[in-house]
Amino acid sequence: MAATAFTNPSSAAFAALFAKRIVVLDGAMGSLIQGYGLQEADFRGTRFTTHPHDLKGNNDLLSITRPDVITEIHSRYFAAGADLVETNTFNSTSISQADYRTESLVTEINTAAVACARAAALQAEAATPGRRCFVAGAVGPLNRTLSMSPDVNRPEYRAVVWPQVVAAYTEQIRALLAAGVDALLIETIFDTLNAKAALFATASLFEELGIRIPVMISVTITDASGRTLSGQTVAAFYHSVRHARPFSVGFNCALGAKDMRPYLEELAALAECHVTCYPNAGLPNAFGGYDEQPADTAAVLRDFAAQGWLNLVGGCCGTTPDHIAAIAAAVRDLPPRRTPALEPALRLSGLEPLVVE
Amino acid sequence: MTRSASSFLVVGERTNITGSPKFAKALKAGDWDACLSIALQQVQAGANIIDINVDEALIDGEATMVKFLNLIAAEPEITRVPVMLDSSKWSVLEAGLQCLQGKGIVNSISLKDGEAEFLRRAGLLRRYGAAAVVMAFDEQGQAATCNEKVRICTRAYHLLIDRVGFPAEDIIFDPNILTVGTGIEEHNNYAVDFFEAVRIIKHTLPHAKVSGGVSNVSFAFRGNNPVREAMHTAFLYHAIGAGLDMAIVNAGMLGVYEEIEPTLRERVEDVLLNRRPDSTERLITLAEEIKAAAAGEKSQTPESKSQIADAWRSASVEERLKHALVKGIDAFIEADTEEARRNTAKYPRPLHIIEGPLMDGMRVVGDLFGAGKMFLPQVVKSARVMKRAVAVLTPFMEEEKRLAVAAGSAVQAQGRIVMATVKGDVHDIGKNIVGVVLACNNYEVFDLGVMVPADKILSEAKRRGADAIGLSGLITPSLDEMVHVAKEMQRQGFTIPLLIGGATTSPAHTAVKIATEYPHGVVHVLDASRVVNVASALLSPEQKPAFIADLQVKQQRQRDEFAARRARTPLLPLATARARAPKCDWAAVDIPRPEFFGTRIYTADPVQGSGFNVRGSPNFSLQPSAFSLSDVVAYIDWAPFFSAWELHGRYPDILTDAAVGAEATKLFADAQVLLARIVAEKRFDPRAILAFFPANSVGDSVEVYADEQRTRVVEAFHFLRQQNEKPADQFNHCLADYIAPKSSGRIDYLGAFAVTAGPGVEAFAAEFKAAQDDYSAIMVQALGDRIAEALAEYFHKQARDFSGYGRTENLSMDQLIHEKYRGVRPAPGYPACPDHTQKPQLWRLMDIEAAIGMKLTESCAMTPASSVSGFYFNHPDSKYFAVGKLARDQVEDYASRSARPVGEVEKWLSPYLGYEPTT
Repeated sequence: MAATAFTNPSSAAFAALFAKRIVVLDGAMGSLIQGYGLQEADFRGTRFTTHPHDLKGNNDLLSITRPDVITEIHSRYFAAGADLVETNTFNSTSISQADYRTESLVTEINTAAVACARAAALQAEAATPGRRCFVAGAVGPLNRTLSMSPDVNRPEYRAVVWPQVVAAYTEQIRALLAAGVDALLIETIFDTLNAKAALFATASLFEELGIRIPVMISVTITDASGRTLSGQTVAAFYHSVRHARPFSVGFNCALGAKDMRPYLEELAALAECHVTCYPNAGLPNAFGGYDEQPADTAAVLRDFAAQGWLNLVGGCCGTTPDHIAAIAAAVRDLPPRRTPALEPALRLSGLEPLVVE
Repeated sequence: MTRSASSFLVVGERTNITGSPKFAKALKAGDWDACLSIALQQVQAGANIIDINVDEALIDGEATMVKFLNLIAAEPEITRVPVMLDSSKWSVLEAGLQCLQGKGIVNSISLKDGEAEFLRRAGLLRRYGAAAVVMAFDEQGQAATCNEKVRICTRAYHLLIDRVGFPAEDIIFDPNILTVGTGIEEHNNYAVDFFEAVRIIKHTLPHAKVSGGVSNVSFAFRGNNPVREAMHTAFLYHAIGAGLDMAIVNAGMLGVYEEIEPTLRERVEDVLLNRRPDSTERLITLAEEIKAAAAGEKSQTPESKSQIADAWRSASVEERLKHALVKGIDAFIEADTEEARRNTAKYPRPLHIIEGPLMDGMRVVGDLFGAGKMFLPQVVKSARVMKRAVAVLTPFMEEEKRLAVAAGSAVQAQGRIVMATVKGDVHDIGKNIVGVVLACNNYEVFDLGVMVPADKILSEAKRRGADAIGLSGLITPSLDEMVHVAKEMQRQGFTIPLLIGGATTSPAHTAVKIATEYPHGVVHVLDASRVVNVASALLSPEQKPAFIADLQVKQQRQRDEFAARRARTPLLPLATARARAPKCDWAAVDIPRPEFFGTRIYTADPVQGSGFNVRGSPNFSLQPSAFSLSDVVAYIDWAPFFSAWELHGRYPDILTDAAVGAEATKLFADAQVLLARIVAEKRFDPRAILAFFPANSVGDSVEVYADEQRTRVVEAFHFLRQQNEKPADQFNHCLADYIAPKSSGRIDYLGAFAVTAGPGVEAFAAEFKAAQDDYSAIMVQALGDRIAEALAEYFHKQARDFSGYGRTENLSMDQLIHEKYRGVRPAPGYPACPDHTQKPQLWRLMDIEAAIGMKLTESCAMTPASSVSGFYFNHPDSKYFAVGKLARDQVEDYASRSARPVGEVEKWLSPYLGYEPTT
């Protein structure tokens, strides 16, 4: 796919890094926040003491009320060897924030989150002269979906419609862009139509603002069916998002690294852009926790990298700075995947792909 | 660049409202299950992509597209393939794009509305992530020649790539497959132009794809599927050879090129490849032979054929004129017309011959064409014969006119008609044919072409002194443009009539949307063969007032029907409706006690037809009783059989009907032969189960008891009550009203039944299908349905006899078939008890599956398909009625009575809801 010029100088440097080596992303945010034992009062801070709804659990709000904690977590990942951290904005859309009645704070939450990540990046760069540290604006999947009905008796019903989703994503992404992220990472995609709405919002904003930065896309394969929650196969999903000319596509969440193997192999052969993989620390145990040790996760990812399938590695649920340090060390001496040149073809999809050569 | 047929993609056309009458019907009826099953069938039949088109004037396109796509999204077997969103309205396409998680195709965009709009839409498609069908249209119209096709596609290609960054591989050109074999010379090279254009596009525009809608090519031969199938197959063979990547087709109408009968293939290819000047004539001749052979006339010897061929010459001159017109024979037309003209006693004026025998002949042509029994080229031929006849009469009419002028009488001006395809539309084949037919009939036609704005149509009409204006259009937005023209005519003070035609137009739309804007006559003309009748009536000062008056009455009725359908009928509160239940003196009413309780099972006599033999064994027995299928045959109601074959009329009158009588008689004879075989060879294995139970009503529900002591309720059937407002002397009915209430102190009885023609129906039909005999296969299925209905009638008679009163009925078979007896047998899912979920209750109550093998699908459809099930009510006042629309209060009450969630009940009753469900 034709190289696309990026308008942000740091984005250009970011793209250059991918040409050199396998890039390292951070690990889980939520489980690290849990480690700080924060209470309702921490989430409320001084500003939201009278907010009418409980706020404990609204992790994204901590970028405003406990920026020290969020910045410190980012710093721990940079210290472990991450090149790139994700902003603490997984749920920072008006649709998801409505659960806490904080939907009016969307712009502020995203702006504060970028500030935390950028502060940690600058500190890390200052500590090691010559090092480049990057910030990706994290865009999550929403708690409502465009492709599926929440009511089994009314398959035609939708809890949310396209214009609402586009509006919510536009508000979030506009704030992330204004705050100066180096890339966008649309992630944990389980409904492709939600992701297409986010990509639609992104393209519209790029045109409106006259800018372009790397757009990274990461899908979640739910289980051994090899499909997204909304039913698409890997190739069908790729065909659905390919029009956005993504900087990268890949997988995160739901599965541990070793369960991702066949899907990653398939995607690595298909994708006309970089390929990414940041798995969970294995499958959850009986208590919902993750037991896979850093060395184990790192060994599997090293094998994937050795196959020539990877341009970026990192971790999702249950991974820690120790996992990231082990992963970074494991792929350090391996070359990045080379993007294949595919014959132009009409690539369509329903739940399954259809290629017209 | 060639492509093997195996990599060629089939785009299923059956979920296209303009491509599938079945889908259109289901969609208009809101039968979403049927729509989904059509979609599923075509995926299972091998469609690689499904085309979805819901463009219809009276349908809300955006909402319908969204709902259908959302429903499909829940059906993995359908949604596994990509979708082609097909609409002439951009807003419908965009609404569809917002529902597709996969990468689909939009059909279509074009330069028709100018470069700026084309680029804007293409830019949005990039953002939505869809491929695009680009039609070979531009601001000047639709490309017909190879050069035009290539020029427009090339221009679009470069605009898309250079200005929008559209990937070349996501461009799918549709260079317009146009109809050939129409009898119009300019159409002869259309297929060749297409093949050539495909070849050049594939060669010069790298990575672009080419598609097309194939059924259009054979439109002139509609009604003759063997010929159409051969045309499609041969067309695709050549188009794929030229590089066609995909096509919108009915996969069921595609054959194998090599297997086309050689003569047919040669004639078809002569037409497609424009190989000889008489190729259309020759194909028509062959097409007629094929049709005749299919109708069983194969056995005639050549001699007997030529005898029949000449026999018509000895008929009366009127019959000869008619025959010549219908058959398109021009050899004798001048002599015959002259012969009629000389009979001045019968025809004092030459015009009377036109208005008399000649128009009679054209009317027959119109009817045959309208019924799909004549092809377009034949109509054109007939029109030519008409023109030659009129030419014989013209000098005499001129002379008459001259004498009239000399005598000082007013001269009637010749009819002038201005015609145009409206702004935004480029389809004009139909309009051109109308022009030919009108010109042949001596009208002066001014054809303004395509994409003609309203002001130009009207200024031309004024300039030419038009007597009528004709508007044509094929795509849906043209309907709105026609409304605009009508409004402008009214504003500018026109008083001449307006004719409306084209594929998406309809009498209903014309009445509801157009005629209301212009009071001087807006007439929908079904097709070219009808236009002369309409024009002559409108342009005749004598006939016009009556014609317009009649038209306005008809259109008012159509508006009323439409309004009635749409109107939110005011509904009574449930309590009020219940208070308006029919009154019954329960102490006095006759309640017959059936001869037995529980179930009885019947199978067709396995040895020979020995008659009904259970009456002597009143005890309940699991041992099936026997009956004779030949006894049941007498109970067949034949009228629906003809409807199934789209021959409409009353039986037996239909057998002698002027238009369809011959076809109907042939069909009926074939049916009798097959039916005799079914009975003799025991091809069907009909079965039935009957039951009676003690019962009482409680409110609008009926409790069924284990015994007459009423100790245990074994099942409760909940019924629905009419809630529409009614005159004071009418009641709000509910089936529960026909069963004595528990509070009356009297015990009553509810009957139930299930009958089936048996699995033999499908098995026998499958045998014919395997032998490529679809005609007999369909005939078997149609007979299966008739037998199932006849079984229901036959066993209802037995049930009434079991209840006693039936034995003194003394009704003729005709009266039985027309249900002139006491008692009703309403079926769940039908108007009196519309909830299909009563069927599982019946199945439980009678253990139907174990007893006679009938099953229910998850949608409560019965298998085998030729089956009927329902209740028996014996009340002397019982009758069939339609429950109609239901208000929320009753639906909630019904849900609570049947202990089901309201949402679930609303789903099953959705066509009957008189309100919008909330959740």
